[in-house]
Amino acid sequence: METLELLAREAQQAIEQAQDLAALDQVRVEYLGKKGRLTDLLKGLGKLSAEERPAAGAKINEVKEQLQSQINRHRTDLENADLEARLASEALDVTLPGRGEDSGGLHLITHTMERIESFFSRVGYSVEEGPEIEDDYHNFEALNIPSHHPARAMHDTFYVTENTVLRTHTSPVQIRTMKTQEPPIRIICPGRVYRCDSDLTHTPMFHQVEGLVVDRDVSMADLRGTIDQFLKAFFEADLPVRFRPSYFPFTEPSAEVDIQCTNCRGAGCRICKNTGWLEVMGCGMVHPNVFGHCGIDAEKYSGFAFGMGVERLAMLRYGVNDLRLFFDNEIQFLKQF
Amino acid sequence: MKFSESWLREWVSPSIDTAELVAQLTMAGLEVDAVDAVAPAFDGVVVGEIGAVDPHPNADKLRVCQVTGAAGETVQVVCGAPNARQGLKVPFATVGATLPGDMKIRKAKLRDVESFGMLCGQDEIGLGGDGSGLWELPSDAPAGADLRDYLSLNDQLIEVDLTPNRGDCLSIRGLAREVGVLNTVAVAGPSLDPVSATVDDHLPVVLDASAACPRYVGRVIRGVNLAAPSPLWLQEKLRRSGIRSIDPVVDVTNYVMLELGQPMHAFDLATLDGGIRVRMAEQGESLELLDGSKATLNDDTLVIADHQKPLAIAGIMGGKLSAVTADTRDIFLESAYFDPLAIAGRPRNYGLHTDSSHRFERGVDWQLQSLAIERATALLLNIVGGQAGPVTVAESEAHLPRSGEVRLTRRKLQQQLSLSLDAGLVSGMLQRLGLEILAEDEDGWRCRVPSWRFDIAIEVDLIEEVARIYGYNRLPTAAISASLPIEVCRETRTGLSLLRQQLVARGYREAITYCFVDPDVQKHLLPDIEGVALANPIASDMSVMRTTLWSGLLPAVRRNLNRQQSRVRIFESGLSFMPEAGGVKQESMIAGAVTGTRLPERWSNPRDLVDFFDIKSDVEALLKQNHVFDQYRFVPAAHPALHPGQCAAIERNGEPVGYIGLLHPRVQKLLDISQPVYVFELALGAVVEGELPAFRGVSRFPEVRRDLAVIVDRDLSASTLCETIREAAGCYLVDLKIFDVYQGKGVEINRKSIAVGLTFRESSRTLTEEEITVAVDQVVSAIKEQHSASLRG
Repeated sequence: METLELLAREAQQAIEQAQDLAALDQVRVEYLGKKGRLTDLLKGLGKLSAEERPAAGAKINEVKEQLQSQINRHRTDLENADLEARLASEALDVTLPGRGEDSGGLHLITHTMERIESFFSRVGYSVEEGPEIEDDYHNFEALNIPSHHPARAMHDTFYVTENTVLRTHTSPVQIRTMKTQEPPIRIICPGRVYRCDSDLTHTPMFHQVEGLVVDRDVSMADLRGTIDQFLKAFFEADLPVRFRPSYFPFTEPSAEVDIQCTNCRGAGCRICKNTGWLEVMGCGMVHPNVFGHCGIDAEKYSGFAFGMGVERLAMLRYGVNDLRLFFDNEIQFLKQF
Repeated sequence: MKFSESWLREWVSPSIDTAELVAQLTMAGLEVDAVDAVAPAFDGVVVGEIGAVDPHPNADKLRVCQVTGAAGETVQVVCGAPNARQGLKVPFATVGATLPGDMKIRKAKLRDVESFGMLCGQDEIGLGGDGSGLWELPSDAPAGADLRDYLSLNDQLIEVDLTPNRGDCLSIRGLAREVGVLNTVAVAGPSLDPVSATVDDHLPVVLDASAACPRYVGRVIRGVNLAAPSPLWLQEKLRRSGIRSIDPVVDVTNYVMLELGQPMHAFDLATLDGGIRVRMAEQGESLELLDGSKATLNDDTLVIADHQKPLAIAGIMGGKLSAVTADTRDIFLESAYFDPLAIAGRPRNYGLHTDSSHRFERGVDWQLQSLAIERATALLLNIVGGQAGPVTVAESEAHLPRSGEVRLTRRKLQQQLSLSLDAGLVSGMLQRLGLEILAEDEDGWRCRVPSWRFDIAIEVDLIEEVARIYGYNRLPTAAISASLPIEVCRETRTGLSLLRQQLVARGYREAITYCFVDPDVQKHLLPDIEGVALANPIASDMSVMRTTLWSGLLPAVRRNLNRQQSRVRIFESGLSFMPEAGGVKQESMIAGAVTGTRLPERWSNPRDLVDFFDIKSDVEALLKQNHVFDQYRFVPAAHPALHPGQCAAIERNGEPVGYIGLLHPRVQKLLDISQPVYVFELALGAVVEGELPAFRGVSRFPEVRRDLAVIVDRDLSASTLCETIREAAGCYLVDLKIFDVYQGKGVEINRKSIAVGLTFRESSRTLTEEEITVAVDQVVSAIKEQHSASLRG
C-alpha cells in the first residue's frame, strides 16, 4: 500500500505542477488513463486474495476519485486563467470616439419656432401657413392698412409687382384663416417674412410667429394672461412682463410687450439700452375693420392677435450676439445647436 | 420728435423728475428712445468779455486778451482763435474749470506769456459748432454769468419715437397736453394774442383743389430786416429739437411748427405773381426745390402756385425761386391745412421727407391755422420788425373735416378690459384728452373728437384711450379658457418635422437661406426658367426669388468650403417660387447638398468620399416614412445642373416629384465650388401624403435563399432587371436583393455582372425543392430571353 500512497503523492504533485491544459491532460493520462499507473494498480488487484481485494480496491478508487477531482479543479483554474489572459489581450481604449456618422441638427430658428408652436398647440392652437408672395389686399388692405397709410412706411416692403409683395408679416395668414373658418379660432402662424432693410440689427428676411384668437367675450385680460404665460414658459423664468400702448393698424387697443432684460435683470445694460426692458412682441385686440374685411361680426365676437420675431427671441434665449449669423449658414454656427 | 425738457416744462410742469417723466411718456405709448443732457458735464465756464487784444510777442498766431469774467475781475488770457476781438462776449473757462473730457483748466504759460483760463469755441464745451473759432455770444450776454445758467444748459433732450397715429404729439403743445392728462395738472402755453394789421397789403388766395386743401391762411409782412441772426433763445430751442438755425424767418416758422404743430412756409413776396393758387400740379410740371433738386411733378401732387408758376410742393417743400433770402424785404406767410390723404405717399414718391410732410401725412390740427399765423407774426415782428397785413383766410367749409362723434358704451368697455371703471374716472380722462362729452347716461358716453385727434373714430379707439391713461399694466389678466375638443390628426400625412429629424439623424444640419437669390447663380441651375424678380431688391445678388432651393444651398456649401469645412451636409425646407401662367407657384420643397467624406474624419472611419448612393439612401429614408415606398421610381434623367450620368428624376406613380444627382462639373466650376457636391430636392407635397402600413402576416415556415450571378449589358438598369426577375419568380418570392455589382476583368467590355439574392417563402407551408427550382428556372430563362443575360461561373 505504500506504493499507492507514494503514487498518489507523486500524482498530486504532477497535477499541481501542470502549467497548462495540455500538461494537465498528460498527467491525467499518465495516472488515470487506460494505461495509467493508477489503472495499473487496479489491474494488479487480481494478485491479491479475495479478502484483501475489496479494501484495497476501495482505497485505490478513493485515490482515483481524489485525483480526478483535483484534476477537474485545476483544469477550471487553468481555463479561467486562460480566459482572463484572452480578455486582457482584448482590452480596448474605450475613450476613443465611436464609429460612423454624427447626428446633425436643426437650425436654431426652426428649433425655436417648433418650441413656440408646442407651447401653443398644447392649449388648442392649430398651426396655419400661407404664401410668401402675397397680394396687397391680404398683406395690407384687409389689415386696415390702406395704400398711403403712414404705417406702410413702417413696413419697408419688397414689391414683386404693383399689387404683389413679399409678405411683411405673417398676418395675411390670419386674414386667410378668418375668411375660411368660423370662430372660435385659435391659430398660430409661423413663417418667413420680408422687409427691405439690412443692417446690423435687420436682415431682409426673418421669421415671425403670430397668434390669433377669436371667440365670444375675448378681452385684453385674456391677451395679457396668454402673453404673460407664454413668455414665462419660453424663458423658463418668472420674468416681469409689461405692456406698453402702441400702434398697429390691425389692432385696437395695441401694445408692445417688454420683458425685463434677460441680460442685466432690469439693472440696465448695453443690450436694453439702460432701460432694464427688452421689447419682444407686439399685440392687441383685433380691429373691427379687420373683422369687417373677414366677414366676422364684431358685435358678436372679439379677438386678440400677437406677433413675435423669432430671431429676437432666439438671440435672447441663447445669447446669440449677431443677427446675421442666422443666415450665414456656417457649420461653425449651425453645429452649436 | 425731439424736444428739450425745459421747453415742455414751460407749458406743463408736473412735480416729477426727468426719469419719471420719461417712464410716464413711454408707458403712455409715446416711447422715449433717448434722453441726453443738453450739454456735457463742465463747470467754471462763464460769459467772458474781451477787452484789450494785443499781439503775442513770441507767436504770430496767438494773441493776448484781457478778459473780464467772474466777479468783474479782468485777467490775461492767451488765445489762438482768429475771431478774438475787443468787445466780444465768449464762453470763458476760468482757472479751475473742468471742460468736457475731464479737461482741467490751470494757470499756464504759452510761449512765455502767462494765461489765466481759456476762451472757448462751441465745440470745446460740447455744444456742436464747427471748431472755426470762439463762440460769439450775444452782445447783451452778462459778463461773469455762469454759462450753464445763462444758456439753460441744465436741461435734457428727450426723443420720443411716435407711432404714426399720434401726429398730435409732434409738437410741444401736443406733448404738454398728454403730460397734463397723465398727471392731472393744468397745461398753459404762452399767450397767443392776435396781431393787428398795420398795413393793408394782402394777397388773394384761390383754392382750386379744396378737397386737398380746404383751408389756407396767409399774411403779408412788409419791411422785414433779415440782416440780424435769430436770437440765441430761438437758436437754442431749435438746436435742442435737432433743427439748424437758417435765418430768422425760417427759424420762426420752424419754431411755430415745433411749438404748436403747424408747419408753415414763408415766401419772398417780391417773387409772387398775382396771387396764390392752391391747385393740383400739371403732369410733368417742374419745380426747383429749396434743397436745390429739381422735381418733375405728377398730377396727384398738390402745389402752391401763383398765377404763373408753381411755388412749392404743398406741405412737403418750398421752391427755390420764391424762397426768403437775405435780401428779402417783404414776405408772405402760409399756414394751411392739407388733407393727410392729399400728402400721404407723395414725399416718398419724390424721395423727400421733411418735418412738414411728416406732420401733414399724419394729420395737422385743422383748427390751428389762424392761431399759428398769429403766433408766427408776433414772433417775427419782434425779431425782424416789419409791418403785418391782415390775415387772409381762404377755406372751403364743405371740405373741412367734421368733428366726429363717437359713442363709448360701458358694456363694451367692461367687456374689452374685463374691468368695471368708475364713470366719473372715465369722464375725467375723456375730457382731459380734449373730448367734449355731448351726453352721458347709464349706457355710456357720446363724445366729440377734438380737431387734433385723427386716430379717434370708433368706440375701440376710446377704449384704447381709457386703457392707456388708466395704465395697461393695471388691467386684470386672465388665463384663457376654452373647450378643447381632440382634433383629428391624419396619420397618413408625415409631418415636415419627422422628415427633418430623419435628415438630422443622418448627419445633416439645417440651413436657412434667403428666398431671394443671385440670378447669376440661379441661371446656371435652371437656365430656362426666369425667376420672379423683385421690383426693389436690396442688392443685385438678392434680386430674384429662388426657383430651386439649391440656389441658396450651393452658395452656403461654397461659403463653408471656403471656411475650411471640407465636409458639408446641409438641408433646407421652404418655398420655391416657380413662375407659371398667371402667377407664381409657391411650393414647399425639401432639399439637401452634401460634399466631402462619407463619414466624419475619425480614427475608425474610412476616408472614402461621399457618392451618389450615399445621398440616394438619405432620400430613400425620407421616402420610406409614409409607407408607400413602392410608388417611387428613380429614373435616369437629364437636368441642366446635374452630371448627365449621375442624375435621376424621382417619380411617384409616374409624376415627377424631385431630382437627385451630382452637381454638373461645369456648373460646379461656374459656381466656384472647389469639390464635387451631391444634391437632392423633393416637392414636399409629394412625400408627406402616404398610407397606413398594412399588416401582412408572419410566416412560421422556413425561407429559402438562392443566389444568381448574371452577366448583362452594361447599360441595363438594375431596376429593369429586378422587375423582370420579380415578374418571373412568381408569388413565393418575398425578397430580392442586389448584393454585388462587378464590371472589369473577367467580364466582357460592355457587360457587367450583377449578383442577386432571391428569398422564397410561403406563409402556410414549407416550399419544396422542386417549387424553388421551377421559380429560379423561370427567372433565368426570363432574363436570358429579355436581357440576353448569361449566368456567371
